[in-house]
Amino acid sequence: MTETTSQAPRSVNIDANRDFLTMMIDGQLLGIPVLQVQDVLGPQRVTRVPLAPAEVEGSLNLRGRIVTAINLRRRLGILTNAEAASTMSVVVEHRGDLYSLIVDSVGEVLSLPADAAETAPATLDSLWRQHAVEIYQLKEQILVILDIAGMLDDMRIEDDISNEDGEAA
Amino acid sequence: MDDLIQEFLAETNESLNALDLDIVKLEQNPNDKDLIGRIFRLVHTIKGTCGFLGLPRLEKLAHHAENVLGRYRDGSLSVTPQSVTLILESFDRIKMLVAGLEAAGAEPAGDDADLIVRLDEVYEGRAAAVAPPLVEPSTKPPAPVVEADEFGFVPVPMDTDFVPTAVMSAPAATPVVADAPASPSMAVATPAAPKAAAAPEEASKSLRVSVEVLENLMTMVSELVLTRNQLLQIMRQQTESAFTAPLQRLNHVVSELQEGVMQTRMQPISNAWGKLPRIVRDITVEVGKKINLEMRGAETELDRQVLDYIKDPLTHMVRNSADHGIELPADRKMLGKPEEGTILLNAFHEGGHIIIEISDDGKGLDTERIRAKAVEKGVISEEQARALTEQQVQQMIFAAGFSTAEKVTAISGRGVGMDVVRNNIEKIGGTIEMRSVLGRGTTFTIKIPLTLAIVSALIIEVAGERYAVPQLSVRELVRLSNGSEARLEDIHGTPIMRLRDSLLPLVSLRKILKLGDEETEPTRPRQVIVAQVGAYQFGIIVDRVFDTEEIVVKPVSPILRNLRIFSGNTILGDGSVIMILDPNGIANTVGDVSSMAKAQAEIDHIQDSSARKTPLLVFRAGPGAPRAVPLSLVSRLEEIAVGKIERSGQRRVVQYRGKLMPLIPFSETMDLKNAGVQSVLVFSERDRVMGLMVDEIVDIVEEHIDVQLTADNSFGLLGSAIIHGQAMDVIDVGHFLSIAQADWFGGPAGLAPGADNGKSVLLVDDSPFFRNMLAPMLSAAGYTVRAVNDALEALQLAKTDTHFDVIISDIEMPGMNGFDFARAVRAKDSKWLKVPLVALSSHATAKDLERGREAGFDDYIAKFDREGLLRAVNRIGQLHSEVA
Repeated sequence: MTETTSQAPRSVNIDANRDFLTMMIDGQLLGIPVLQVQDVLGPQRVTRVPLAPAEVEGSLNLRGRIVTAINLRRRLGILTNAEAASTMSVVVEHRGDLYSLIVDSVGEVLSLPADAAETAPATLDSLWRQHAVEIYQLKEQILVILDIAGMLDDMRIEDDISNEDGEAA
Repeated sequence: MDDLIQEFLAETNESLNALDLDIVKLEQNPNDKDLIGRIFRLVHTIKGTCGFLGLPRLEKLAHHAENVLGRYRDGSLSVTPQSVTLILESFDRIKMLVAGLEAAGAEPAGDDADLIVRLDEVYEGRAAAVAPPLVEPSTKPPAPVVEADEFGFVPVPMDTDFVPTAVMSAPAATPVVADAPASPSMAVATPAAPKAAAAPEEASKSLRVSVEVLENLMTMVSELVLTRNQLLQIMRQQTESAFTAPLQRLNHVVSELQEGVMQTRMQPISNAWGKLPRIVRDITVEVGKKINLEMRGAETELDRQVLDYIKDPLTHMVRNSADHGIELPADRKMLGKPEEGTILLNAFHEGGHIIIEISDDGKGLDTERIRAKAVEKGVISEEQARALTEQQVQQMIFAAGFSTAEKVTAISGRGVGMDVVRNNIEKIGGTIEMRSVLGRGTTFTIKIPLTLAIVSALIIEVAGERYAVPQLSVRELVRLSNGSEARLEDIHGTPIMRLRDSLLPLVSLRKILKLGDEETEPTRPRQVIVAQVGAYQFGIIVDRVFDTEEIVVKPVSPILRNLRIFSGNTILGDGSVIMILDPNGIANTVGDVSSMAKAQAEIDHIQDSSARKTPLLVFRAGPGAPRAVPLSLVSRLEEIAVGKIERSGQRRVVQYRGKLMPLIPFSETMDLKNAGVQSVLVFSERDRVMGLMVDEIVDIVEEHIDVQLTADNSFGLLGSAIIHGQAMDVIDVGHFLSIAQADWFGGPAGLAPGADNGKSVLLVDDSPFFRNMLAPMLSAAGYTVRAVNDALEALQLAKTDTHFDVIISDIEMPGMNGFDFARAVRAKDSKWLKVPLVALSSHATAKDLERGREAGFDDYIAKFDREGLLRAVNRIGQLHSEVA
């Protein structure tokens, strides 16, 4: 298990800078605000959850708490090679629950000026446009900042009893 | 003292003490809206609670104080120091009353007219106390007028009612008024203080802790339990370790800690039904009914989380009972019932569960009309409707689509929202059952777990994945194999399991969870979990069953909440996460309750055709085919060491349970063993026992016996039957018993007809086997027996005026069944209206019993319980002859 402490922000006093943990899926650099990150994990033993949506890989135990693992490739519509390449997990907390985002690899923490952020181009694939809040033009490549909270909210099922038979029928 | 009052006291004392400081602040900062709001709410709460608890004095005082505070709150009146004084005075009076209540258990006598008059003056704006707001200039001059005013009005009310009051019970207040002009608030506070000081004593016995703290504690304990489980698991793999002893200790401590923390979450159920008397009272007033609400077991404690879940369902059901169940007094009188209806709430513990019964003696459910309505609406076919048992029909009111969409509720007067009630209860792993007798009332039985946080669960495996099934809903486990008593069959490809005398619908967990292909499914499922949801049982096919484990239920992630099949997830001792299966969800997945009812009806139908399955013991004795004997006639199977068998002349005996038991060889020609052990079937007849020596016990099978009688039973054979495709002799136990008795006493056969007791019995049973078994036994007991083979024949006898003292009837019979027969016997114009009826059946569950009673049976005896039958016949016969 590889655990790295990635919570300490590097730039403390520069308000204009924001810290992002970068990660890679399918050759694309993605970032999420470092303060949302709880943990970074290596490959984990994940319990499958039958009947769950395809992007839900399963559940895992992180120090006594149950974490729902989400395959970020599937979530973002990348269906090729989904299992093979995904080895690292980024654990985030959202509304009191833990989620682990399964990605190909985890990169460094970047501190970027807030005013350099640009809105995502309107021509992006709808799934991506929905979850990519903004982008940064780095020297080598483009960093897409994901709106994890929004993504998880979209997946959240409100506690109503509208469908008695659920999905299992 | 009433628990509610105690709670009210603790709460009020606490709030009052907290407000002491606030009121002082109010004096310094009279226009603090928040503060006024807080004080207003407290007084409002006291007023409301007192009204509910029946504390008129406190209520009245709080009401008038609230009026004043209300005006302050909405700003139509400004706060003056004088008014603060008045509020303080009111508070002190409230404290005094509360203290009195705490000390004596009742409100102190007397009233508070003095304060009320002043409060009203302020409220109506007449009092000078209103006049001088601190911040705004006012038309009236401030302080002096106040003093004058207070001083001025004091004598008037004082003379009339305050002085006598003061003498009796509120002396503390007297000096207040006398010294009022000087410093009223001080004066009031001082004398009141000693009484108020008594409050903390009572309050200090309990401590109010926020729910959040408790929840946190519970979470921590849950984690601790998990860690302990993990440690124990590791230890199990180690043979010797220095950790063994301390771990045992830890184990105990954690268990106790868990129990202790659970205890903190416990609340008496009365918290959930505290409001019910009021609700019932309101309904009675509204619709002009007379209802007595009786509550038993109010102190029964359960987890507050569980309590929250059942609060609304309980209220709903009691309201239903009061509103729809209980008839109007006039109607009740006409029906010969007492005018006052009764609703009984009863709560008690039963083996790790809480049982709550809500019963009324109202009109009950009219199943015929529900049935008719269901057919009319096309929910079920007419045939299906007929096949449904009363109970299944009644269950329909719980079906969601049925009750709301089909408006059955409109005719039954029940059922509105019963699906919601059921959902709520099932959500916490509980069950709800209903029994209703038309014209006599309805009883709901709710069974709920004590707690939700930690449950005992069965760990199972399917397709290599493990899951937990809450033990609460597991009735039993059945291993399916060639030799087992349970068998797998199918109806149109749907798997069904035969288990003893019932058939269970089966669901494959592998299929439901869409795990693996059908091809990969093992041809013979290995284990079946018999689960119970409400009144329905069904089997869940799994691959393996591990042991049970205490698990801490954690809610599933919000993104998986639509998976109704899981009620939560948990972390096992080995650290892996597993999903907790919800049997209710599984039942819902395979079909709603009404389709379950259909399946049940189909099953019942099938059962009818193979109704008389009898467990038979198959043994070998001597040459030839194996022999069989109904298992229930056999008391025990024994293996007796040959050396222990003693001979007494021709007879063989053995010391058995402190008595000498005669041993009879099955046949004189069989070879008896000289050494080793001898297999013996032990039969007992009343206080006599005998052993039948056989060569070998082969098997126990369950078969429909259709005995072909032999003309001659001198060889101890009743006849022969096809068992497992093989013809076998069925032995006549009575024959061997009589041999044994003859041997024993050296006299005539023990089963010869006994002294005629002058009583006659009618035996109705379509099976010659049973007629032949029971008739001799009854005649041996001194009865004259008339045996007929169906109900119609029996009813013919009724027409001919034949008299019987007792009627014994089988239940499952072709043509007219036992229930219908009983109804015919109990019909108004029946000649046998008063003849006691005993039912005889191989199904003797509580449900059957209930059904039998409803049909008119006086007693219900299991088919092979000969002793029980004799006892019942004797008892009933006697009882009735005494009455007659």
